[in-house]
Amino acid sequence: MNLDFSDDQKFLQDEAKKFFDKEGGLANARAVMDNSLEGDEKLWQKIIELGWTGVRIPEAYDGLGLGHLELCVIAEELGRSLAPVPFSSSVYFFTEAIIKFANEEIKSELLPKLVSGDTVGTYGIAEDTHQATESNLSVTSTSEKISGIKIAVPDAGIASHMILVVKSESGTDLRLVDLNDTSVTVTPQKNLDTSRAFFKVEFKDTPSRLLGETGKGWTYIQHLLDQAAVLFAFEQVGGSQAALDMAKAYSMERFAFGRQIGSYQAIKHKLADMYIAVTLAKSNCYYGAWALSSESAELPLAAATARVSATKAFQLCSKENIQTHGGNGFTWEYDCHLFYKRSKVLSVLLGSEATWKEKLVSNLEKTNTLAKG
Amino acid sequence: MDFNDTPEQAKFRAKCREWLEANAELKENKSSGHTDSTLEDHLKVAKAWQQKKYEAGWAMLHWPKEYGGIEASPIERIIWGQEEAKFNVPGGIFEIGLGMCGPVMMQYATEDQKDRYLAPMAEGKEIWCQLFSEPAAGSDVAGLRSKAERDGDDWIINGQKVWTSGAHYSDFGILVVRHDPNLAKHKGLTFFFVDMKSPGITVKPIKQITGQAGTGAGFNEVYFDDVRIPDSQRLGEIGDGWKVAITTLMNERLAVGDARGSDIEEALILSKTKDDAGEAMIKNDSVREKLADWFCEANGLKYTKFRTISALSKGESPGPEASITKIVSANKLQEIGNFGIDSDDMAGMLIDENDGISSFQGAWLGAPGLRIAGGTDEILRNIIAERVLGLPQDPRADKGLAFKDIPTKA
Repeated sequence: MNLDFSDDQKFLQDEAKKFFDKEGGLANARAVMDNSLEGDEKLWQKIIELGWTGVRIPEAYDGLGLGHLELCVIAEELGRSLAPVPFSSSVYFFTEAIIKFANEEIKSELLPKLVSGDTVGTYGIAEDTHQATESNLSVTSTSEKISGIKIAVPDAGIASHMILVVKSESGTDLRLVDLNDTSVTVTPQKNLDTSRAFFKVEFKDTPSRLLGETGKGWTYIQHLLDQAAVLFAFEQVGGSQAALDMAKAYSMERFAFGRQIGSYQAIKHKLADMYIAVTLAKSNCYYGAWALSSESAELPLAAATARVSATKAFQLCSKENIQTHGGNGFTWEYDCHLFYKRSKVLSVLLGSEATWKEKLVSNLEKTNTLAKG
Repeated sequence: MDFNDTPEQAKFRAKCREWLEANAELKENKSSGHTDSTLEDHLKVAKAWQQKKYEAGWAMLHWPKEYGGIEASPIERIIWGQEEAKFNVPGGIFEIGLGMCGPVMMQYATEDQKDRYLAPMAEGKEIWCQLFSEPAAGSDVAGLRSKAERDGDDWIINGQKVWTSGAHYSDFGILVVRHDPNLAKHKGLTFFFVDMKSPGITVKPIKQITGQAGTGAGFNEVYFDDVRIPDSQRLGEIGDGWKVAITTLMNERLAVGDARGSDIEEALILSKTKDDAGEAMIKNDSVREKLADWFCEANGLKYTKFRTISALSKGESPGPEASITKIVSANKLQEIGNFGIDSDDMAGMLIDENDGISSFQGAWLGAPGLRIAGGTDEILRNIIAERVLGLPQDPRADKGLAFKDIPTKA
């Protein structure tokens, strides 16, 4: 039994933690929030220099040629520090889509540039204020040209390329577009977590290239969502743990009625419940990491389980961290709201908790037996 | 990451498996356990199985070699436990002796006493129990009031213990009592072992909310009326009772793990197969939401356990993650039991005339006990907060007081 990361992977995680701390930790997210920047470009440059954008890219395309487990440990640290960078969009989604579904020509063109940072990618799924489904997509591709609007597209301000799922003659396609094309209009959209930037992206007869086979767009995007769900769950666990640590530190230093508030059971039990939620989420993430890295057929179930569990943990920890801080927790000055807002963005970014619970149960419906622990 | 044994672990597992196959029957399905009609029968079968294991060297794997064990590593104990659980063999009788009483005897008893008691304990000839909790001392077990008074070379014990598993069939017990109420709560305690057949000991089974009493490894009240214990049966120094007790309590918290009984698997099968106004229950959205929540908990616990085993497997000490197990599993058991009962609509309250209590009804009735035994939900949350997260202890109203001056009522 070896449900653990290797020594090398733990070393990488430790390096990542030190890196984000050294570069300012939460202060980076706060700076972006206060100044409405489109992400922290200096921090992003340093991440590129560390080679992390090429973790999963094969060495033949200048990448590091490592596996998903290395991404998991980086994701956890990224989540802990709430780093305001387009890492998840470009690495968990765009790069994976190119590795898995692009032809050789596109791979040779884009993968080396994704390593060097000359290309930054993102993805588009949502189109309206409801769940995108295979049948309700309105962005359409006709003769390689696409038209329509995707909303809540992360990082489109810094991204040069985008993958998106569209309606096509043969059902749905996964397509690649160059965001610098003059037919594309990118408009910022205000959102709850201003440390992350989201955009409306409008296409008018925009040239696009097909990824994989036509008609399989929805299947592909589901697979990319499952993969990303595991990595985002590690971010959520990192954020949950940071919020719990923050609540713990405050409950030790804050006195009320002549004693540390952490000595009251009302606070202790709250923090114990946060610890329980984080521990369950983390263990479910390990299951997800195993399924992701071993390309297991259990990935859809494992991803949904990690996703639901981590979404619950981050939302609980971030809201109860505010509660533990009392009035201070409601001020802009204290960092509590950074976690609260990020937890909300992460909880809807790949689809809501209800959507993922439904995916989880649909997968349970298909299984005949469950292995008992 | 993988779920495989190392070559050494695989070898050990094969060895366990080979012996078990030669000496026991595989369970037909996961839920079938060993059941005997009477307590007497169960004890007879359990003792015979223990004897068989003892002769082949499987009875007390973790014990030191000098006491007949093989000093098995934690991972080897886990592997043995996983394999033994697949066979239809009796359990639940010797765990307290081998897990708690044996180790405390090894540490504190004289050489003569170890020679006399350890082998029969391991062989299953003598059964041991643990006498700690009292009517007025549950979570606050150090607040126990049973008295020990010195009389020459003996101590005279008076008082009452409660929630003693297996006292009604035990030959010996380990006991913590108060020798001096003028000292502070934790300082006035002393630890003994006692012959359960001693004059003055009365064992009364507790009738639980399940209606069960004195069946299987049930709970008891144990009364002590002028019971004499020779000073030679004291374990540790006079006044060291709490220190000795703490060692065994740590072992208990490890022993009380997953709540057994209806789990997500059973809830899922029920939801898929049971009709709810024309379609399977699983088509109902509120059922789906519950299944998702329970699966996240059950799966989270399963992989938490795997993380712990992985650490042990590498010879590392596991993190504190296992501390969440009982609190999560006992509450989940209560919810799933409740769900199973509700699924029968009005008939949910009825007990089947032929089959008796259903597994869901049993889970619902038993779960409140599991949320209390071996540390209540509330005490476990305190433990997570204080020992895992490092939060300060509650201020204690009994701090610095002599035991006799500690308030007990408003």
